[in-house]
Amino acid sequence: MKPSLFKRLQLERIIDALLPLIAVIGALLVGAVVLILLDTNPVEAYTAMFTGAFANKNGLADTMVKAIPLLLVGLGIVIAFRANVINIGAEGQLIVGALISTYLAVELGETWPNYIVIILCIMAGTLMGGLWAGIPGYLKAYLNVNEILSTIMMNQIAIQIGFFLLRGPMIDPKELEAGTNIPHSARLPRPTDLPRFTDIAQWFGFTESAKDLNITGFQGEIYGLLVEPTRLHMGFFIAILMAILVYIFLWRTTIGYRIRAVGLNPAAARYAGIQVPRTIILSMALSGAFAGLAGAVEILGLHHRMFEPLAVSAGYGFSGIVVALFGKLHPIGAIPASILFGGLLVGGDKMQRAVQVPQVFVTMLLGLIVLFVVSSEIWSRRRARRRVSTQTTAEENA
Amino acid sequence: MNEGLSFLAILVGIIHSGIRLATPYLYAAIGETFAQRSGVLNLGVEGIMLMGAFSGFYVAFVTGNLLLGVLAAALVGALMGLVMAFISVTLNAEQGISGIGLYLFGLGASSLLFKTLLGTVEGVDGFSELQFCLASIGIDSAFCLSEIPVIGEIFLTHSVMVYGAFALVPLAWWVLNKTTWGLSIRAVGQNPQAADSLGVSVARVRYMTVTFGGLLAGIAGASLSISLLNIFQEGMTNGQGFIAVALVYFGSWTPVGVLLGALLFSLVNALQLWVQVLGLNIPSDVAVMMPYLLTILALAFPFKRALQPSALTKPFERGEN
Repeated sequence: MKPSLFKRLQLERIIDALLPLIAVIGALLVGAVVLILLDTNPVEAYTAMFTGAFANKNGLADTMVKAIPLLLVGLGIVIAFRANVINIGAEGQLIVGALISTYLAVELGETWPNYIVIILCIMAGTLMGGLWAGIPGYLKAYLNVNEILSTIMMNQIAIQIGFFLLRGPMIDPKELEAGTNIPHSARLPRPTDLPRFTDIAQWFGFTESAKDLNITGFQGEIYGLLVEPTRLHMGFFIAILMAILVYIFLWRTTIGYRIRAVGLNPAAARYAGIQVPRTIILSMALSGAFAGLAGAVEILGLHHRMFEPLAVSAGYGFSGIVVALFGKLHPIGAIPASILFGGLLVGGDKMQRAVQVPQVFVTMLLGLIVLFVVSSEIWSRRRARRRVSTQTTAEENA
Repeated sequence: MNEGLSFLAILVGIIHSGIRLATPYLYAAIGETFAQRSGVLNLGVEGIMLMGAFSGFYVAFVTGNLLLGVLAAALVGALMGLVMAFISVTLNAEQGISGIGLYLFGLGASSLLFKTLLGTVEGVDGFSELQFCLASIGIDSAFCLSEIPVIGEIFLTHSVMVYGAFALVPLAWWVLNKTTWGLSIRAVGQNPQAADSLGVSVARVRYMTVTFGGLLAGIAGASLSISLLNIFQEGMTNGQGFIAVALVYFGSWTPVGVLLGALLFSLVNALQLWVQVLGLNIPSDVAVMMPYLLTILALAFPFKRALQPSALTKPFERGEN
C-alpha cells in the first residue's frame, strides 16, 4: 500500500470517529441561526448553556443526574439497534418500571430491610420493562408487526395505565384526605432512597466541605460535587457499571454476538443456525429492561414518588436514542454522550433563565442533532464501500 | 346513563364525532400512503403536523383568513417533507430514525414558536360547519339539508376541511391506480432497480411523494388547530401523526384501507369520548387507552401483508445488487 493512500485512510478514520461531533456542531449552527432570528445573541445563549451545565457543582450534579436515565435508556437502545430493532418505546418501558418499583417500595419499604427492598424494586422494574418491550418484540418476530409503531402505541398504553393507577389504587392517601386528588403516589419510605454521593463520601470519612478545606476554583466545585449534598445519587455508578456490562455482553458473549449478527445480516444469521425471531425478542426485551431499570432508579434515586407518567419519563425515550446514536451505538461511547446530552437538557433550563429563550429550544436542537447524525452516516457508508471495492480490486490484481 | 338522550341520538352523536375526528388522520395517512408506496417511511408526520398546526393557526390568528392559514400549513408541511426527502433519498439515511429526528424538531420548533410568538393559548374562529340550506341556492325555503334526520345530522353538518379529507380518498385512489404517476410511484416502491432501468427517476418520484405527504401532514395539523379544536397548544397532536403512519400499514397501503382504518379508529375514539360524556362507569384512562390497544391488535392482523411495498424503508442506490 502506498504511504499516501495509507495516510488518507487514516485521516478518513479520524473524520469517521469525529462525525457525531461534527453533526452536533452543524446542529448548533442551525440553532444559532434560530437564536439570531429570535433576537438573541447565540454566543451568549450557548455560553449560558455550557456554564450552567458544567461550570459549577450544582450544574454538574444536575447534568450527571440527567445522564443516569439517559445512559441507561441509551444502553437499551444500543442493544436493540445492534439487532436492527428500532425501539421507540423506552418512554413506556421506563414508566412501567417506575410504577412497579414505586408500588413495591411503598408496600414493603416500612417493614422489610431497606437493601432488600431496593434490590427487589430495581429487579422488578428491570423485569417489568423487559416484559413490556417483549410484547412488541414478539409481535415483530412472529407476526411481522412494525416495532416502531407498536412501541409508540405501547407508550400511550403505559401512560394511561400510569394515570389509572395513580388516580386509583396507588394514589397518595394524603391526596384523598385533602380532597385534592392530584394523581401521584405516596412518598417512598425514606430508607429506600438510593444513597447520594454525599452519603457515600461520608461512609469513607469525607465530611468537610470544599470551603472547610479551602479548595477553590473548579477543583473546589469537583470536590463539592463528590462530597457535599447534591441531588447526585448512586444511580450514576449503576449506569456506568451497566455500560461496561453491556460492552462485555455485546462483544464477549455468544448471545451478544448473535444479536449483532442478526442486526448485520438476518439471512446470514439464519444460515448460521441463529434463531432469528428469538434473538429479536431477546434484544427488544433487554432494551426494555434497561429502560425499566432507568425508571426504577429514577424513582428510588431522584423522585422518591411516582407522579404524572410523562413527567417521569421526561422524553428520555427519545433523548436516549440521541445518546445511543451519538455514542455510535457503542455502550462505552454512550457514557460521554449521556453526560453531554444531560448537560444540554440542564443547560437549556439555565439558558431560559439567562437569555429568555424557551427551554423547548433544546428539544428542537435534539431533533436537529438526530437529523445531522443520521445524515452524516452516508460518509462512513461510502467509505466502507470504497474499502470493499479497493479490497476486491486488490484481490483481482493478485 | 343520561336519561335525556335517546339511544338513536347517542348513536348519531358518536358517528358524527367519528367522522369529524377522522379528518386529521385522513389527511396525514393519505399523504403518508403516497410516501410509503414509493418506498419511503416518513415517521416525522407527527412533527410536521405540529408545525402545520402552529403555522396554520398563527397565520389564521394574525390575518383572520383561514384559507391563508391552510396555505401556510401546507407550505410549511411541504418544506419539512422536502427536508425529509433530502435526508432519506439524497443522503440515504435510516428512515425510521430520521423520522424521529424530524418529530423532535417539529415538537421543539412548534413549541418554541408558540412561546415566542403567542405566549398564551388563544382561540380563533375556525372553519364553520356547512349547513347546505336551500335558501343559499335561491330556493325560497328555510329548510337545510342538515335537518334531515339521522343522515343529515351525521353527514351534512361538517366543515369544508372534513369534506376535503374524505374527498382525498377517491382522488388518491385514482392517482395511484389510474395514472402514469401512480404507476411510477408503485413501481419505484416495488422494484426501484427495474423502474430505474426503464428510465423512471427513483429520486424524483420519491422527492415528490414525500414532499406531497408533508404537505398533507401540514394540512392535517391545520385541520386540528383551525377546524376541529380552533386553538393551538404545545404537543397538541398527541401522537396522532404516529397513528396516521400506523393506519397506512393497517390499510395495507391503499387509500380505501386507510379510510376504513381511520374511521374505525376515530369511531372508537368518539365512543371513548361519549363514554365520558355519558358518565358511564369505565375509568377514563382505560377508555383513552382503547384506540391504541386497537391499533396494536389491528397491526397484528395478518391479512394482506403481501401488499407492503417491497422497497419500503430501503434506500435506493444505482449499481447496488
